[in-house]
Order: sequence, then C-alpha cells, then structure tokens
Amino acid sequence: MSTVKSFRVLPGFNLTLGYTLGYLSLLILIPLSAVFLKTAELGWDEFVAVVTAPQVVATYKLSFGASLLAAAINAVFGLMLAWALVRYSFPGKKIVDALVDLPFALPTAVAGIALTALYAKNGWLGQYLEPLGIKVAFTPLGVLVALVFIGLPFVVRTVQPILEDLDTELEEAAASLGAQRWQTFRHVILPILLPALLTGFALAFARAVGEYGSVIFIAGNLPYVSEITPLMIITKLEQYDYRGATAIASVMLLFSFALLLIINGLQAWTAKRTGRDR
Amino acid sequence: MAGATSMHLGSDHASRFESKAATRETPLVKWTILALALGFFAIFLLMPLIAVFVEALRKGWETYVSALVDPDALSAIKLTLLAAAISVPLNLVFGVAAAWAIAKFEFRGKQILITLIDLPFSVSPVIAGLVFVLIFGAQGWFGPWLSEHDIKIVFAVPGIVLATVFVTFPFIARELIPLMQAQGREEEEAAVVLGARGWQVFWHVTLPNIKWGLMYGVILTNARAMGEFGAVSVVSGHIRGQTNTLPLHVEILYNEYMFSAAFAVASLLALLALVTLVIKNWVEHQAARSYRETQESAS
Amino acid sequence: MTPKLKQSLRRSVVVLSLFAAGSAFAQSTILNVSYDVSRELYKEINPAFSAAWKKQGGADITVNQSHGGSSKQAGAVIGGLEADVITMNQSPDIDILVERGGLVAADWRKQFPHDATPYTTTSVFLVRKGNPKNIKDWNDLTRAGLQVIVPNPKTSGNGRYTYLAAWGYALEKTGSEAGAKDFVSKLFANVPVLDGGGRGATTTFTQRDVGDVLVTFENEAILIAQELGSSKFDIVYPSLSIDAAAPVAVVQKVAAKRGSQKVAKAYLDFLYTPVAQEIIARHDFRPRDPAVLKKHAAKYPAIRTFTVEQKLGGWAAVQKAHFADGALYDQILAKK
Repeated sequence: MSTVKSFRVLPGFNLTLGYTLGYLSLLILIPLSAVFLKTAELGWDEFVAVVTAPQVVATYKLSFGASLLAAAINAVFGLMLAWALVRYSFPGKKIVDALVDLPFALPTAVAGIALTALYAKNGWLGQYLEPLGIKVAFTPLGVLVALVFIGLPFVVRTVQPILEDLDTELEEAAASLGAQRWQTFRHVILPILLPALLTGFALAFARAVGEYGSVIFIAGNLPYVSEITPLMIITKLEQYDYRGATAIASVMLLFSFALLLIINGLQAWTAKRTGRDR
Repeated sequence: MAGATSMHLGSDHASRFESKAATRETPLVKWTILALALGFFAIFLLMPLIAVFVEALRKGWETYVSALVDPDALSAIKLTLLAAAISVPLNLVFGVAAAWAIAKFEFRGKQILITLIDLPFSVSPVIAGLVFVLIFGAQGWFGPWLSEHDIKIVFAVPGIVLATVFVTFPFIARELIPLMQAQGREEEEAAVVLGARGWQVFWHVTLPNIKWGLMYGVILTNARAMGEFGAVSVVSGHIRGQTNTLPLHVEILYNEYMFSAAFAVASLLALLALVTLVIKNWVEHQAARSYRETQESAS
Repeated sequence: MTPKLKQSLRRSVVVLSLFAAGSAFAQSTILNVSYDVSRELYKEINPAFSAAWKKQGGADITVNQSHGGSSKQAGAVIGGLEADVITMNQSPDIDILVERGGLVAADWRKQFPHDATPYTTTSVFLVRKGNPKNIKDWNDLTRAGLQVIVPNPKTSGNGRYTYLAAWGYALEKTGSEAGAKDFVSKLFANVPVLDGGGRGATTTFTQRDVGDVLVTFENEAILIAQELGSSKFDIVYPSLSIDAAAPVAVVQKVAAKRGSQKVAKAYLDFLYTPVAQEIIARHDFRPRDPAVLKKHAAKYPAIRTFTVEQKLGGWAAVQKAHFADGALYDQILAKK
C-alpha cells in the first residue's frame, strides 16, 4: 500500500474513497445490516426452523429453479438474438436492437399486468396455448415467462460487444483449414464467447431470483406450487412476522452476494480472455 | 455487472460478416437463427409492449386522456418525477466519486468494494424496501427518535426517495468505472504536473472524456427510478394523491377495475421507457462519433 | 468536500426536511387507513363527512385514504404510517395495534356501537351465468375437478372469512374438528390461484376467466355483477355463512399526537348516521341502521350467519388455532 502511495500524483483519493465508503455504508451497508441484526433476534434453532420450513423450501425451489431455467433460455435465445443483431442485416434491426433494453426500462408492475393479459386463457397468446394444454398464467410456467422477460437484456448486452469485436481472421483461418461452420462455431467462437455468456447468464439469474413486481401478477401464488421467495417475505411481513421475514431475506442476501462475487470473477475472466477492459 | 448497463459503441458491421464465405452461414441456418431470434423477440418483448397500448386505448382516447389528467394521476406523476429528480443527482455524485477512487487509484479490497456497489442490483426490491422500515419504522432503530421530532421517513416521501436511491445505486458508478479505467490516468497526471488543481483536472480533462458514459448512466438510473415498484410499494403509505408513484397508481387503478385507465397510466410509463431507449441510442451514437473523432485526430 | 457537492447535498437536505415538516401543519387533514375493497365507499363518505363537519361549525377538513390488503395496512400503521382512524374488515388487524405499541385503546370495541362495526357483510359465491356447475352450497365447492377462487387467508381478511365460513359450515355438518379439517382441505385442494387480496381474486375470476366460483364478500359480488355486467355472473347464497362485520377504531396514539382526537371520533361517529348508512347501503354493505336496512332489503336476501365469537371462540382463539405458523391452515395446505 505504501509503495503505491508514493506514486500517487492525482489528487482526491481520500476524498472520493471516503465519500464512496461513507455513502455506501449509509445507504446500502447499514440498511442491509439491519436485516441481519433483526434476524439475530431469532435464536439459531429458530432461524433454521424458519428458513427450512417446507413451504419456504418450496419457494426456494421455484425461485431458484425458474430463475436458472429462465437464465438458460435467455442464454440460448439471447445468444441467437445477439448473433442476428451483429451478423445479419434485416429490416427493422435498429428498432429490435433498441427494444432489447425494454425490460430494463419498463416498470416491472407494467410488465406483470401486460404479461398476464397476454397469457391468461382469454389473452392473445393464452387462447391459443390453452387448447394445447399449455397453461401459462397462474402456473409456475407464468413465473418462468416473467423471468425470461426481465432477464433477456442481460445476455444480449454482454454477448453483443464481444461478438462485434471478434476478429474475422480467426474464422477465416478455421475455414481455410477445412473446418465446417458448426465446427468453427463450436471450437473457435464459442470458447471466446463463453465467459461473456456465463456472465450474462449469471446476471439474468441474479436479477430473476429477487424479482417481485412482474411475477406477482402472473404467478398463481399458491403455496408449494407457484409461490416465489420474495412473496414469502411479503407474506411474513403482512403477518407482522418481521423476524421471519428478515430471516428469509438474509438467506437471499447471502446468496446474492455470493453470486455477485462469482459474476465479478467471471468478468475478470472475460477481460483476460478478450483483452477488453470491461 | 456490465451487460445491460454498458454502453456499447459498435455500429452495424453485419456486411463485414455477410460478405465473406468463411464468416457466413448457409441460408438455411441463417434464416432459422433469424426466425428463432426474432420470434422470441416478438413473443417476449414486442407483444407485451403492444398489449399495453392496445389495452390502454380499448375504451378510446377520451378515457385515455382523462385517466392521465386525473388529479391522483397528476400527483403520482409529480411524485415520480420528484423521486427521480432527487435520487439521480445523489447517485450521480456518488458514481463519479466512486469511479474516480476505483479507476484512478490502486488499493486493497477494490474487488470487494465493486461487489458491494453492485449489491443493490441483485437484492430483491422487497428487501430494499424492508430495510428502511426496519430502520426508520416506528418499531425500528430510529423510530422513537423520529417520532419525537415529528420527522416522517417511511410511509412518506423521504422513504420513497430512499428506496429509489437504493435500487438505482450502482448504475452510474458501474457505467463510469470501466470507462475511466480504460482511459487510464496519464492525461490527468499530465494536467497535475502542469499545475492544474484537482477540481480543474476533473472538469477540464476527465469530464469531457466521460460525459457520454455519464449521461448514459443518468438515463438508466432515471428509467429505473421512475419505474421501481416492489421497493417503493413496501415504504409507500399508499395514500391517494400523496404517496403514490406512477407504478403504484397503476396497481391501484388495476385493483379498482379501471383496467383501461390502469393501462393508460402504464402506457405513459412504457412511453417513458421508449423515450429512454431513443435518448440512449442517440447518446450511444454521439459517443461513437466522438470516439471515432478522437481516433482520427490521434492517427 | 467540493463546494458544488456541498451545495447539492445541502439542497437535498433542504428538500427532504421540507417534506418532513409538511406533517407539522397538516391538522386540517386526517388519514383513514383502510382495507382493499372499501375504496369506493370511503371515496364517497369522505366528502360527505367534510360537509357535515363544516355544517356543525368545524373547520375545513380533508380525509385522505389509503387502501391495501388489510393486514399489510395494519402493518404500515405499526411501522409508522400516521393513521388517525383505521377501518378494517377483521378485528385481528385492529387488535394487533393494541398489542404493538399501544396505538389503539384496548377497549376499542366498546367505543362505538355494535362492537365498533358500523356495517357488516358476508361471504357469498359468485358463479358464471346460469350456474353451469350447479353450485348451491359449501359442499359443492369440495367436488373433485371444480375450481374455487379465494384470496390468500394468510394475508387477506376476505380469504380468512371464506376459510372460517367453510370451517363453520363443516363443523355444523360433520360435528367434529377432524371432519371440518378434512372438508376444508378438500375445498382448498380445489383452489388454483391464491391472490394477495380480494381485488386480485376478483380480477383473476372475472378478467382472466379462471375458476368456476369466486368466494368473496357480498358487497364485492354485487359490485362485480353491476360493474362487469350481470349478464355474465350470478350470485349464490350458501345455506350458512359468516358475519363479516367491519371494525373501526381511532388510532389514539397518533390522534393524540396530531391533536385530531375530536375530528377522528366525529368521523367514526358519522359512519353510524343515516346519511353515511345510506352511502354504505349504496355500496352494498349491510348497514346497521334498521330503517336504512329495511329500505334496501330487496338487495340483501336473508341468510343464516354466525360470528367468530359465537361459533369459533373469538378471534384470538381462531388466530392461534388456525392461522399461526404451522397451525391448521398451514397443515391443510401442506397436505396437498
């Protein structure tokens, strides 16, 4: 640390870092610590009993399962969409490119009621799906649809820049060595994209696990079937059970933090792989 | 946590790939990918957007307009703008300070600090609202003190602002950090050596380099600030005309069987999202241009 | 700290404290924190009260209203939402205010007539036009393959009354707790969606076309038939249901602090006046005033009802036996 300091020419380190830490503590860390302190009012045994109650465990399964699946779907289709946006010309491309960010800018509650209106059995899409025996609204499938919606931009926007920067020479070299297009993709392009794709996947996953606004309208909210973990927190709150709510919240917080560490690790890997600075 | 929140400066290079056999797929593969990608896009993104506007206009323009000029709607619009107007500048100052510290200096624990800044992104909005109730609620840490001094935080406007600041916390910082890292510190160091003061360095050297990224971060923060539902729902007292933001107003109308009005207000928010995207594209365009210009003048 | 930064910080502090100060001179308003489906009612009662209050020589007064799931709203009041009066649909949401922080006087039931319930309603069935599934009574709801829409009993008073009404019916039919548990288990096995509040359940049933029968408050059922066309739904009255009286109370701790005790009490007293009772009847709740009730009798078919106190030993007992964590309701859902 001291060796670095002697090289420090630029001013403002103490000010900006101090301000950053102060603001971060005041607005994020202290508030979040309140969750753990409130949880600590429960004894360890009680804590374990709350967070491992069968109904709560069922919500973990749905929240994490649906989020994983949604992130996986987004990884596949997001990659295709990014590929189409970078590699092909088609009419309306600029609009498609811009609208990819829609789920990020659209309020989640609006997304929720719009999706419900679409997928209910009398909705535009629901009326065709229902006769096929596919029920979306008010089932776990509805949760999945909402989570796919909110997660899509993350995969597209992490993969897209890497695809754009990709050197065509690599593919040309592969082709001249006799590789099939699929082989080139599988052995040349995919390995380069992989870190970014995983980052996008993890981001979509992290966002989906905590999502509340859009899911609440389209899920059936049925215990053991279509109840998500954030709803469990709300339900506890509405029964004046603050400790129970914070206990489940701490589990989610720890999970989020671990996931973010993984994501930042992945991004460092991406940077190393591609020589990019982001 | 780049991804959706990262500005990307790529312009259309499709022709570069389509012109060469080695980087081109067979038409069959190409059309399959296009069909799948665009079909997915249409079902998951376009349809919900269209649904909002169709539902909003189902009962005609008159209902639409009257839903938007309703006093409760207007006060919700005001509150939403206010929450954004307070939280965006706060996070702007923070974002610049954090990016300066992280990008221009080396120190231990940097990676942890970045992860902590990212934390609000992955914290469930429900928890974001809950924490402020735990701290400022009547039964919370500061509850008794606040109540003695007659200061209202939660279930009033300050709580809504706090929750909004929380959920939009990382975006500007995360936008600026990679940008300032990429630009290095040579220019600033040169300016210091030439005798510039700290504030001058920032104003004349750093700011011109990061202004587009900064603006992009502001746009994203603003969009999130106006659209937040879950966190705000927990700390708003849901008092008509007083502590309802636009997204909450949508929920209320929806619960009052005024579906068209609910979608009308929702469409206003969707419109806001679309305007955000237009500005965002314009900013990216400007940024790409100024980037090209610097490249050209450098060579 | 840079001057600019200081300035912007100072400015935001000023803005924030302005809002904080806003409450200090707000005695010309009172806040009524209420449950989900009473919004239309109070939208009409509030201006009527303001007019009556002024006529009696009072100052200008605005009644603000806040609506949401009953328990969520009570939670907000506990958390510091400054309600002068609270108007709920079930007693536990007022009892909790006695328990936590002593916000409401322990004897709140004694402070206004009819155990502080200015009106009542009951749980009834809303079925699709022509009653295609031939639903007549509670036992029809346990039929295999039928879909019943009910709001979540854990978070909504509406759902809780439905659950208790079914329990009371089964208790009478089977004569045993075990029989009742079995009956209600079967009923809840038919529930495909649990919305957080009464309005959510209505939307699911009417707009999304899910379910064969919606169990909800009578006033809500009549309102749906009016708003959404009586050509689409019929109301069915079961042989026995629950008396869902809506309790009200002054939040004395807040009122004392804000100096609004008098107007808060006057507001709740006003609910019992013929003017307010008439508005209450117009919104399809069952008024307490016998004259008003008689005038609107056509709207309220006779139905045999029981109260929580009569059949189930009071709310405190119900809370413990049914809705606590791991109690009967949780067991019933776990069995699915």
